[in-house]
Amino acid sequence: MEKFKTLEARAIPLPVENIDTDQIIPARFLKATDRIGFGKNLFKDWRHYKDGSLNDEFVLNNDVFHGSILVAGSNFGCGSSREHAAWALCDYGFKVVVSSFFADIFKGNALNNGLLPVQVSEDFLQALLKGLSEDPKMIISVNLEQQLITVARLNLSEKFEINPYKKLCLLSGYDDMDYLVSILDDIKEYEEKR
Amino acid sequence: MGKTLFDKVWDSHVVTTIKDGPQVLYIDKHLIHEVTSPQAFNELKERGIPLLRPHQILATADHNTPTKDQHLPIKDELSRKQLEALTNNCAENNIELYGLGHKYNGIVHVIAPELGVTQPGMTIVCGDSHTSTHGAFGSIAFGIGTSQVAQVFATQSVVMEKPKSMRITIDGKLKKGVLSKDVVLYILSKITANGGTGHFIEFAGEVFENMSMESRMTVCNMSIEMGARGGMIAPDATTFDYVKGREFAPKDADFEQKVAYWKTLATDVRAVFDTEYTFDASDIAPMITFGTNPGMGIKITELIPENKNESYKKSLQYMGFSQGASLENLQVNYVFIGSCTNARIEDFRAAADFIKGKQKAANVTALIVPGSQLVAQQIKKEGLQEIFETAGFELRQPGCSACLAMNDDKIPDGEYCVATSNRNFEGRQGQGSRTLLASPLVAASVAVAGKIVDITKLV
Ligand code: SF4
Repeated sequence: MEKFKTLEARAIPLPVENIDTDQIIPARFLKATDRIGFGKNLFKDWRHYKDGSLNDEFVLNNDVFHGSILVAGSNFGCGSSREHAAWALCDYGFKVVVSSFFADIFKGNALNNGLLPVQVSEDFLQALLKGLSEDPKMIISVNLEQQLITVARLNLSEKFEINPYKKLCLLSGYDDMDYLVSILDDIKEYEEKR
Repeated sequence: MGKTLFDKVWDSHVVTTIKDGPQVLYIDKHLIHEVTSPQAFNELKERGIPLLRPHQILATADHNTPTKDQHLPIKDELSRKQLEALTNNCAENNIELYGLGHKYNGIVHVIAPELGVTQPGMTIVCGDSHTSTHGAFGSIAFGIGTSQVAQVFATQSVVMEKPKSMRITIDGKLKKGVLSKDVVLYILSKITANGGTGHFIEFAGEVFENMSMESRMTVCNMSIEMGARGGMIAPDATTFDYVKGREFAPKDADFEQKVAYWKTLATDVRAVFDTEYTFDASDIAPMITFGTNPGMGIKITELIPENKNESYKKSLQYMGFSQGASLENLQVNYVFIGSCTNARIEDFRAAADFIKGKQKAANVTALIVPGSQLVAQQIKKEGLQEIFETAGFELRQPGCSACLAMNDDKIPDGEYCVATSNRNFEGRQGQGSRTLLASPLVAASVAVAGKIVDITKLV
């Protein structure tokens, strides 16, 4: 897994609540047997009209917005457990998703792929969305070490929560698999004992 | 302080606790299917890590399988390759696979319980969010992502923070025409689609105690729709009777010993939950959803609520509904009875019981998709097939089918579908499709009437 320390980047606003994994990556694209290439189908049915033409109104098709941070409405990533949703976001180039609320399974999947979910207060989220609509070039900084998200232009800063273990994993590029394999003997001992 | 059912099962499966961090939870049963496993097998190969306990894994093909002509080669190349990958991976790793055409094939959450694989007190995972279904037996069962599927392959464990606890208690007697699906849609309409986030839910009280195992599975199945990791119901005589004698259930003395242990799992009287809700059974009526998340449900006779929220408006716009409107008499051209929520024999009995002697409306295409081969057989055996076919319903072969429309079973753009599945997300049943979730009984009544009707007047 790639390490994550800090990120200074522009952001893309998607102020919709309850964005489910079927929107992030529709089921018909889940037939692949590898992890790559899902980015092109990210938000497929919002990016395209039904006849396949581009929906110019959708934010990912709007040239004004760029960036590796996605700022989305509450309850992001609800629905299915498909990790393809995290793969699609990463493959598209996102490194951070900011929302006021994340669905549990999505949060875990994101962290397992080095995609950082930053949970902020609803007020902070709304200020961020408003800021982006006024200045799409606005820079957002995310500092994992300090667990701080800052928007200098808005003079705003907020601390976010992350489990210390998960934080360490991201900072060092170490994942759950590495850890679990390292304690295999303990696991076998548990099996013996029960 | 006493322990909850969840505490008891969780605590007995903790391998170790990471300092200031999550815990390592041992997994008894790992269920896999074709869509979320191939990348996990690849990861192990790439990292050169072997599988730890192949015999604790059970595989099926369900998400991406056709529901017609299953004996023929699959036409869609990508689907065929995905199934081949599953077959090869299982063969290489000594994993029991109930693939297409196998007598035990079916939707993963339907087959594990009916085969007795699912048992009280277990920890069960699957790369599928509706793994919560198995909590009906008093097991801790939850969906995981593909990275975790690989971790369970390698170590039979997951790293996880212990969720908070919630109890939802419903006492009283359910009214006529109210099925377990209505109960869970009702809870969802009250606590919303994220009301359970961060929690594991225990469903308690008379209503759940009086439910059959199949009904309990319907409820726990949709606990994920509340945002919860899973749901559970304390194992009792209904549970033990259900498990007894099934293919992989413990036998004889072993079974008795297990039952003695299972009886100790119920929540202690003095246990405290982080969150509690209480509802009254007499307030529950047949439900239907009107929006694009499962929390957006109403009683069939109610009006669509008013709400100024932008996402709410966007949702109604997608559905083509307006605030304050009634859904009664809405013309519906598609009906789907199936999915891991409602594709067990009890569901088809409820539907057939209503349909018997009637005809489906001319405008309706009605799909009946059993959850497994065993359910399909039972449908035949009990004469339900004849009832469905005489009434003009199309009986298909088992699989996930139009629940997620990965195969050819799609609802056309813009069409309404009353479905017994669990998700009404935009395009869930095919691009542009508009899903209204309901019970098998409501679905049957819509198929016959060709429009939404108040079922309480008909039963
Ligand atoms: S029936 Fe639907 S919800 Fe259930 S496992 Fe299949 S796709 Fe998932």
